Amino acid sequence: MSDCVNQSRRSFLEKSAAVGAITIAPGILLHQVANAKPDDQPVSDSVRWGMLINTNNCEQGCTDCIDACNTEHGLVGNNRPQSDTQYIRKVTLRDKMTGHELSLPMMCQHCETAPCVDVCPTGASFKRKDGIALVDKHICIGCRYCMMACPYKARSFVHEEVKNQTLSAPRGKGTVESCTMCVHRVDKDQIPACVEACSKGKHDAMMFGDLNDPNSEISKELEKHGGKQIRADLQLNTAVRYQGL
Amino acid sequence: MINRFLRITFVLTGLVLLLPATGSAETPLPVIHEPEGEGVKCVEPEEVMRRDHMNFILHQRDETVHEGIRTSKYSFAECINCHVEPDDSGNIADVDSKDHFCNGCHEYAAVTIDCFECHADRPQKFIDRGGKSASLQEEMHQMLTANEGTGGELK
Repeated sequence: MSDCVNQSRRSFLEKSAAVGAITIAPGILLHQVANAKPDDQPVSDSVRWGMLINTNNCEQGCTDCIDACNTEHGLVGNNRPQSDTQYIRKVTLRDKMTGHELSLPMMCQHCETAPCVDVCPTGASFKRKDGIALVDKHICIGCRYCMMACPYKARSFVHEEVKNQTLSAPRGKGTVESCTMCVHRVDKDQIPACVEACSKGKHDAMMFGDLNDPNSEISKELEKHGGKQIRADLQLNTAVRYQGL
Repeated sequence: MINRFLRITFVLTGLVLLLPATGSAETPLPVIHEPEGEGVKCVEPEEVMRRDHMNFILHQRDETVHEGIRTSKYSFAECINCHVEPDDSGNIADVDSKDHFCNGCHEYAAVTIDCFECHADRPQKFIDRGGKSASLQEEMHQMLTANEGTGGELK
């Protein structure tokens, strides 16, 4: 699991040594994202966006991340929890032996080898070069193969007509959708809405950053304390890692 | 001969009577709302935009979704931000209405588009989220409680 990250980190180090060292000012704030990209430049694979979730800080019953996500993407339910869209859901795990419970946010894990991309018949499910898994809703035919293929149950299908979408998060009936890692914010050097809400609420259970950059907060934290993948046995090399599992 | 003369007279009279009728039944041209503000111009001349706006948007669409290029020149959101404005009473016309900037022309030209199945039809500041988030929070709590029972599966 951590080997995969280390491998990509190693190759990044080799690349950056050849191009010239990329330095980041010490004491960089969580709200700032390194690797500022001009608007007219395409994303590149020199970055791989990822998240680290510290389940020890994630409170049971807290839905700050979910609320922020819903507001950001204009997700409004129809009072049908079975079929309403959810980009993030809180999952509670209970150890039967000890009775210890922990809570964690579950969303698209932005796998390196994403099963949703493998099964998509139209190419609507795709990975951006910076590792973010997305649905191109212009191409999606709503077959929902990706929903079946996803081991994390991260995707939702829009069953009903949508009104009042936000300008930055278009969504409509007949397409599949999931966490976009707030791609519209990331492209403008902001952090995802859930991470921002978590840190605003002083929970600090979520961290966002570049997994390819050995100097990023997230890479340093991963190196120091590690971070597990959920269903690591599937070898998907997820971009969302968990601590305290 | 008289019959023929009568027939021609009838036809001519009919045509004369019809003329004003056809004039008033003509579909009125759509009203284009010019963006407000002095010196505010569209990204391309009007003739170009009229013919090619769909190509610009289509091209930009793929670049934005797949490559993260978010320049504002041919951005769909910027079209909406600039062209969709409230009327004198402060209301924004719905996208199904003739008064909506996009739909005004599309309806006139009998063009059906599906952009607004997903995209917002008005600038962000006019999007009414009218108190729905509160009920959504409740739903999420319900969902949470429902998930708690099955959450152990992931272990």
